[in-house]
Amino acid sequence: MPSDTERAAAGRTDPALIRNFCIIAHIDHGKSTLADRMLEFTGLVEGRNMRAQYLDKMDIERERGITIKAQNVRLPWTTDGVEHVLHLIDTPGHVDFSYEVSRSLAACEGAILLVDAAQGIEAQTLANLYLALENDLHLIPVLNKIDLPAAQPEKYAAELAHIIGCDPGDVLKVSAKTGEGVPYLLDEVVRQVPAPTGDPDAPPRALIFDSVYDQYRGVITYVRVIDGRLTTRDRCLMMSTGATHETLEVGVAAPEPTPRPSLGVGEVGYVIPGVKEVRQARVGDTMTSASKPAKEPLGGYRHPKPMVYSGLYPIDGSDYPVLRDALDKLQLNDAALVYEPESSVALGFGFRCGFLGLLHMEIVRERLEREFDLSLISTAPNVVYRVAMEDGGEVIVTNPADWPAAKIGNVYEPVVDAMVLLPTEYVGSVMELCQQRRGTLKGMDYLSADRVELKYVLPLAEIIFDFFDQLKSRTRGYASLDYEPAGEQESQLVKVDILLQGETVDAFSAIVHKDKAYAYGTAMASKLRELIPRQQFEVPIQAAIGSRVIARENIRAIRKDVLAKCYGGDITRKRKLLEKQKEGKRRMKMVGRVEVPQEAFIAALQTTPKTD
Amino acid sequence: MRPFGVYVHVPFCASRCGYCDFNTYTAAELGGGGSQAEYADTVAREIRYARASFGADAPVAETVFFGGGTPTLLPAKDLVRILDVVREEFGLAPDAEVTTEANPESVDAASLRQLRDGGFNRISFGMQSARPHVLAVLDRQHTTGRTVEAVAMACDAGFAHVNVDLIYGTPGETDDDWRASVDAAIATGVDHVSAYSLIVEAGTRLAARINRGELPRPDDDVAADRYVIADETLSAAGFEWYEVSNWARDDAARSQHNLLYWTGADWWGFGPGAHSHLDGVRWWNVKHPTAYAARLAAGESPADGRETLTEAERRLEDVMLRLRLRDGLPLDRVGADEVDAMRDEGLLTIDAGRAVLTLRGRLLANTVIARLVD
Repeated sequence: MPSDTERAAAGRTDPALIRNFCIIAHIDHGKSTLADRMLEFTGLVEGRNMRAQYLDKMDIERERGITIKAQNVRLPWTTDGVEHVLHLIDTPGHVDFSYEVSRSLAACEGAILLVDAAQGIEAQTLANLYLALENDLHLIPVLNKIDLPAAQPEKYAAELAHIIGCDPGDVLKVSAKTGEGVPYLLDEVVRQVPAPTGDPDAPPRALIFDSVYDQYRGVITYVRVIDGRLTTRDRCLMMSTGATHETLEVGVAAPEPTPRPSLGVGEVGYVIPGVKEVRQARVGDTMTSASKPAKEPLGGYRHPKPMVYSGLYPIDGSDYPVLRDALDKLQLNDAALVYEPESSVALGFGFRCGFLGLLHMEIVRERLEREFDLSLISTAPNVVYRVAMEDGGEVIVTNPADWPAAKIGNVYEPVVDAMVLLPTEYVGSVMELCQQRRGTLKGMDYLSADRVELKYVLPLAEIIFDFFDQLKSRTRGYASLDYEPAGEQESQLVKVDILLQGETVDAFSAIVHKDKAYAYGTAMASKLRELIPRQQFEVPIQAAIGSRVIARENIRAIRKDVLAKCYGGDITRKRKLLEKQKEGKRRMKMVGRVEVPQEAFIAALQTTPKTD
Repeated sequence: MRPFGVYVHVPFCASRCGYCDFNTYTAAELGGGGSQAEYADTVAREIRYARASFGADAPVAETVFFGGGTPTLLPAKDLVRILDVVREEFGLAPDAEVTTEANPESVDAASLRQLRDGGFNRISFGMQSARPHVLAVLDRQHTTGRTVEAVAMACDAGFAHVNVDLIYGTPGETDDDWRASVDAAIATGVDHVSAYSLIVEAGTRLAARINRGELPRPDDDVAADRYVIADETLSAAGFEWYEVSNWARDDAARSQHNLLYWTGADWWGFGPGAHSHLDGVRWWNVKHPTAYAARLAAGESPADGRETLTEAERRLEDVMLRLRLRDGLPLDRVGADEVDAMRDEGLLTIDAGRAVLTLRGRLLANTVIARLVD
């Protein structure tokens, strides 16, 4: 019998000693702090070397306090005198990345359900909890922040017990901040989470649950070995594409990358397959050996599908090549980002980009601006529509500009199953909001006396139009939202164009429900009337569906711009004013004969149009 | 020799009007070397300083213009003394135009006679409006009757040319108020009228009152209407526009001094904050009367800043200034295509090889200039 230390050695760990788990939590409920504390207690990272929230690596993640890309770490932990190996698989914490969450969960046998003892469970946690149950994960309910004066551990323990069907006494209580209860929690992970099982003699099969680009090493994939053994001796094979790659390096994160000759059943580690783009080693794919390939991939692989599209344009047109290079670079590390060049009369040359969701869009935009020093303008986001034509054909519309001009049969839009958790007192107001956003109520469940779960089917397009902001403002920030794609529905959708002096301004075209077309049209027209300076001639602003004008505003012709006085002391000032105007004129975009300052486009696009 | 004029800034007012952002001070605001009593001596110092800087080739002044502020707040003898120094140092052309601005309440028959005897031959009164409620918003102290009297006294005293300034677009003013003001100005018998739209300058009391919502903000469309009323009324009474904001009964009544500004001539501006121009070089004096006086007392130039115009800047100024004139802009100085386009749009006419603004073009002069120099 090998010694305990020998049995726990990385790369050939006895599966019986392995515990693979993740933490399911809402933003701010302390997941990263708990992970940090686990690193500290297991001796992997000294307290004084602790960078706050060690596992969140990207700057944006650290600033926003959310996890975008999952990381993982191998933790040694001795319970009842036996050294075990815990693999903490950190999960992304946002609805946009629910597919990545599901793959991370699939790499685990257990999950810590972490809930803020002062706030109770949130919709996102609940959604991920359902995902965990679908993956047959063992759940350990934990209340965090019990050191807070506002903590109500009894109340929320009862709520958690109600939701997962356990005894309130089974809910553990920790303070990730002070460390209280964390060692006990690690012991419970060892005791409660099942050890992985798999066939050590079968051809290797490993689940890729994360894939990141490193500028020195190329793509690094994070894997969980299900069957067999992955070694550097074999080329690896990606089962979704059939492509084989050199296996440059295999290792574990402890937490820094540590190379090992191989990884066996149940182990979590990384593989460097010598590829340049994360698209070549996608999350959810099954990695096997090229020389001894598995017959069947692991289930659950899904090609990432953009849900939201938006045009991204450089404010300074000469930055277009910089934007193109920047997108190329980001795509190395973001398999879900898609883009293609497009041009706009109003905004010049840019790219139509597809994103997993709004957060993904914001992150990409922020990274482009921050890491590549770009100033960008983005058009209002839209979802993907399926337009069935009268002649039987079909058009997929990711850009209002591609909306068919005529002979439209039925139009289908994506819908989501949305879940809203909120205090009971706001139910009326939130139901009203969902109603306005064309929602269909699917269910209502009291989690406790004062908290309700509302289930709605909502068009995705309605959610990406400031729904979350509205929800927050109607509930004083107490509501949380989660949703997942739920197919499509037929809808009465129309394209509203905005015309300046008869010329369509492509950047302002939007696809909206016919009942909201008028509201969108009038709102946009009156906003533009405020933003566009008066011209020498009258400029009609029209909102139109096809050739039918539904709203109209007028920018009256300017009648006077002369400065009344121009004597000796006024000349210099007046000349400088004219020079400044000339400079400003260069930044004007021409829409037909109408001069529109770029600031007007930016201002009109920046505020999300209110349709209610 | 380039035409040369002299401007003398008198930075004093009895009280500050709510709309005014000029470089002017009330007696209470000043002390030390900047005081009104010593002002003539201080300016005389700058005139001698200027004369010395020219060396042997000093130009003769073809025009002299006293502006403010309220020049006539100084005793007439002080104004005459300053004019005497100009005459001694530079000399005046035989038919030199010598103007002073004045407030109707700051002159009487005796002071006007003194000015006339001292060599002043043109006077410009700040009438602003014929309506008491409009004058009240502008904080003006005089009455309409007082302007009528002042103009009559100036004519009696022998001033060859008399102007009144009017302001349109004051909050509370109606089209009829404005018509009445223009009619009243014509009825005084002046041979020159200047009409300016009220500009709400940042930092003035008027701006504060408008920002607080006590007064409505002047509207550009209303101002355009008032301008058209002024032009129609003055034209019907025999006046002709010769600059965007200036109308004269005949060529002789045009302000020769102001024409120097608009034709790129040279002038030296004396006094605090005054601007000067000599052949493409512009400079301006320190603004505060005390600092100004101190510089001169120390034998230093009171100039606060200067700029040497580039060719492009001179061209821009030339277009910007000449286009304001009825005499127009010689066509060889601008691109023909844009001129043709704007003629078709009714902004310009072509008259004797010159581009001349139409009535609509005068109101949109900024646009026209910007397009011509693009």
